Amino acid sequence: MLFSRRIFLRNSALAMVGVGSAPLWLERAAFADDAPHRRKKTLVAIFQRGAADGLNIVVPHGEARYYDLRPTISVPRPSVSATGDCAIDLDGFFGLHPALAPLKPLWDRKELAIVHAAGSPDPTRSHFDAQDYMESGTPGMKATPDGWLNRALPPESDKPSPVRAVSLGPVLARTVTGANSAVALQNVNNFAVRDPAASKVLQAMYGATHDQILGGTGRETFEAVALLKSIQDAPYQPAGGAVYPRGRFGDSMRQIAQLIKADVGVEVAFADIAGWDHHVNETGQKASTGQLANRLGEFGSALAAFYGDLGDRMSDVLVVTMSEFGRTVKENGNRGTDHGHANVMFVMGGSVKGGRIYGKWPGLAAHQLYEQRDLAVTTDFRDVLGEAVYTHLGNRSLTTVFPKYEGSPEKFRGYLKA
Amino acid sequence: MSNTGRILPISCLILGLTCAGRVSPQQMTGDQKILHALNRLTFGPRGSDVDQIRRMGLQAWIDRQLHPQSIPENPALEAKLAPLDTLRMSSREMVHQYPPPELTKAMAEGRLPLPADPMRRAAVQKLIQRYQKKPGSAGDNSAGDADPEAAIASLPLNEEQKAILRNGSPEARLALIESVPAEQQWTLLDAMPNGARQRLYQNAPPELRRRIQILNGSFQVVSQDLTEGKLLRAAYSNRQLQEVLTDFWYNHFNVDLDKGADRFLVTSYERDVIRPHVLGKFEDLLIATAESPAMLFYLDNWQSTGPNARPRAKQKQKTGLNENYGRELMELHTLGVDGGYTQHDVTEVARCFTGWTIREPRRGGDFEFDPRRHDNGEKHVLGVKIPAGGGMEDGLRVLDILAHHPSTARFISRSLAIRFVSDNPPDTLVKRMADTFTATDGDLREVMRAMIEAPEFWDPANFRSKVKSPLEMTVSALRAVGADIDYAFAMNRVMTQLGQPLYRKLEPTGYSNRSTDWMNSASLLGRMNFADSLTQGRINGIKVDTSQFSGDPAQIERRILLTDPSRDAQDAIEAGLADQKNRGQAGPLAAGLTLASPDFQRR
Repeated sequence: MLFSRRIFLRNSALAMVGVGSAPLWLERAAFADDAPHRRKKTLVAIFQRGAADGLNIVVPHGEARYYDLRPTISVPRPSVSATGDCAIDLDGFFGLHPALAPLKPLWDRKELAIVHAAGSPDPTRSHFDAQDYMESGTPGMKATPDGWLNRALPPESDKPSPVRAVSLGPVLARTVTGANSAVALQNVNNFAVRDPAASKVLQAMYGATHDQILGGTGRETFEAVALLKSIQDAPYQPAGGAVYPRGRFGDSMRQIAQLIKADVGVEVAFADIAGWDHHVNETGQKASTGQLANRLGEFGSALAAFYGDLGDRMSDVLVVTMSEFGRTVKENGNRGTDHGHANVMFVMGGSVKGGRIYGKWPGLAAHQLYEQRDLAVTTDFRDVLGEAVYTHLGNRSLTTVFPKYEGSPEKFRGYLKA
Repeated sequence: MSNTGRILPISCLILGLTCAGRVSPQQMTGDQKILHALNRLTFGPRGSDVDQIRRMGLQAWIDRQLHPQSIPENPALEAKLAPLDTLRMSSREMVHQYPPPELTKAMAEGRLPLPADPMRRAAVQKLIQRYQKKPGSAGDNSAGDADPEAAIASLPLNEEQKAILRNGSPEARLALIESVPAEQQWTLLDAMPNGARQRLYQNAPPELRRRIQILNGSFQVVSQDLTEGKLLRAAYSNRQLQEVLTDFWYNHFNVDLDKGADRFLVTSYERDVIRPHVLGKFEDLLIATAESPAMLFYLDNWQSTGPNARPRAKQKQKTGLNENYGRELMELHTLGVDGGYTQHDVTEVARCFTGWTIREPRRGGDFEFDPRRHDNGEKHVLGVKIPAGGGMEDGLRVLDILAHHPSTARFISRSLAIRFVSDNPPDTLVKRMADTFTATDGDLREVMRAMIEAPEFWDPANFRSKVKSPLEMTVSALRAVGADIDYAFAMNRVMTQLGQPLYRKLEPTGYSNRSTDWMNSASLLGRMNFADSLTQGRINGIKVDTSQFSGDPAQIERRILLTDPSRDAQDAIEAGLADQKNRGQAGPLAAGLTLASPDFQRR
């Protein structure tokens, strides 16, 4: 019951803010009481669901085998085409898919880095299991009840913000579920019970209920509703001329930026973008068209808009992307690719030592492939995420975040400034 | 987190707290059993259901639900489904009656005949005009509409009537249209600009609504009918268990409506492949899905080709093996991911299914086995040798092996138990069901019977222990308040907001059957807002008789929950309504709060 009293006290302060007449200093004081005084670091995790084709996203154009094994769906070597229908060279060996052109300036500013041939040691090629393992952070262990990003939250001494952990979209992603409260939200501006009379009653009802699951979610929800109320009135205007692409992923990234800039205490955020399972017609007539190019266009422009929108706030923000596994090196019979193994991860932020590709490249020769068909994993995805948790969030308990894994700074790829 | 459902009632007992309706120490009471059966085997109890079961006996009611053909269907449902003509069409017919842009083009170029019906022909011709008028000029949207003034002027109407059609109110236009003979009504609709026609929709009777949709030339009608049909059946069908099972099995063999040709294949898939088999033999269901154009398209098998294929002359594209179906067949449809298969098995199964394809998939085509695409070599699947030269038999042999594999019996039984009994079903229950599966050659009716007759099903710890999925919550709310659904497409947006857009799960896994996956802030707020909109009559096309919400709040709650509300909810509603009385809206508000309460989120 201690718990609800604490919430009650906090909500009383917020209720004053909610009526709109509270002076700004009181508003700040209420949030300062809630969110810490010092500005928090934020880690944003992005999941590309469906096993994105890392080999066509960050293209090993220096490997002849890549072109041998993908006669109809490879991305051409840089500058063979003046029309932009080719890879954008990064370092003479790797290049970005042309649809990721919006990310190239970030690379040039050294705020974007790439970890290639990263992935899970678990051999599964099941989307469901592999996503589950990557979200729980425990490959091979199905009983893990919570997600790595929830465990990554540093211990809080007093009153955590109700939106410390947010998951964009209609469901709460596995990655952020766990003991720390986490809210799913689709739309910051509609995050409320519309009828004020009903809202009041339901808040009391969910506050008092003995139903643990519903009560727990209900209390978390109404705390977050009270907190977000103050930022719902004015329409959000992205800064720096940032234009987010239409669609759910762009909406998600825009709202994460909105929350970060509103200083409501977001420490970890999760967004996903689906539709990467390209067994058929992965590319169109040209590499810069077709299904993969469309997904990448949305992906890249949303990340670039987020970067531009946050501006110097990016110094406190780290974005890391992942996908459950990669795809077969050899194209299949239908101008697509089947389920593979290692993949590529992006890291973006002011603290990134960018403009570099991290990780050991395993090669595409027959004997270098995993099970004779897939790109081998040379970087465990937990080493990439572990570095973000340890160095960026400052949470040193890697064994809690990634149980049964001997994570340590020696294994980090060193993509973050110390 | 995993066994909260079990811990909760026990903790309530220890603390001596009230968990009204949630717990009974040893056994459920008779009425609790009735409510439990309704909660688990239907889309939610209606007030009249409890009385009906009391009269006929619970056992008799369950037997009838297990034999849906013995139950006369609700005439109200049949009347509401009648105007949704695509639900009765073959895929091929649908493609011709509601052509997508590609086929409109084919009709324009004379490669396909125009529809015979004059109204449909007019609609397609209008689309063709639009298509021909602006080759490539995407910006010019107004070019499509024929001159409405000329169209109205040429109608056999007097000047006063023409004036109404030009700028009358929607009500006046509607009255005018309904005053002319039925077979001519469409010509008036046709003469109106699109926007004005669309505004008639809300007040138009169902037949006229259909004409409006057709004249809008909208192939979206197919997916609208599908979702509408599903909600109507869920809300009104007397064969409730059949509908719940149709939802379960569609989800088990999930196909995403938005994947290309599947837009026109899913209607037949659910109607002809899933629903007839939900209480039949599992192997029949499995074969039906494997041969369905919807699944062949969704998991790409229709393009999978063996290495020595002799493609048709016009097929220039390079083709080869595609593993997608082979993998999901074992992981999701039969054995389960831990069912004991390897990557080698995936590839071998994929080889067995080469040549299982679709004739003209984009024209609503049918299944065909194409021997020229088939890999005729020898294969080994799960340790069984499949000799060379088997042709289509290879795939059937694989389905036979999988349907009779012990992993399949367990996996299917477990999935059903998770949906119908508990997020963590006891192993004893799963074993009992799996044994029945094996002993009856996968007779799904007998597996369901074994589950329902098992003591674990009636364990009081399971009483209202599952959190409803969005579909279960919304439909149970519609049923609880006796909503009159005229048209349901507003519900599509609600289902999307709640995270369960119907027929639109992109991934082959389908939606989760576990309660805990559905509980989060966004979804909870969505449920609360839906409850409020429904009881305030703010959902287009759905009427709720608010006069039923009279009396004191506790009565209203009991009327909806069909059991005593929990003390907490009752107290909160009473306290909240104390200062609402003068609004005169207390009844609907109390009803909305009940639907939004923790009590109603459980089944």
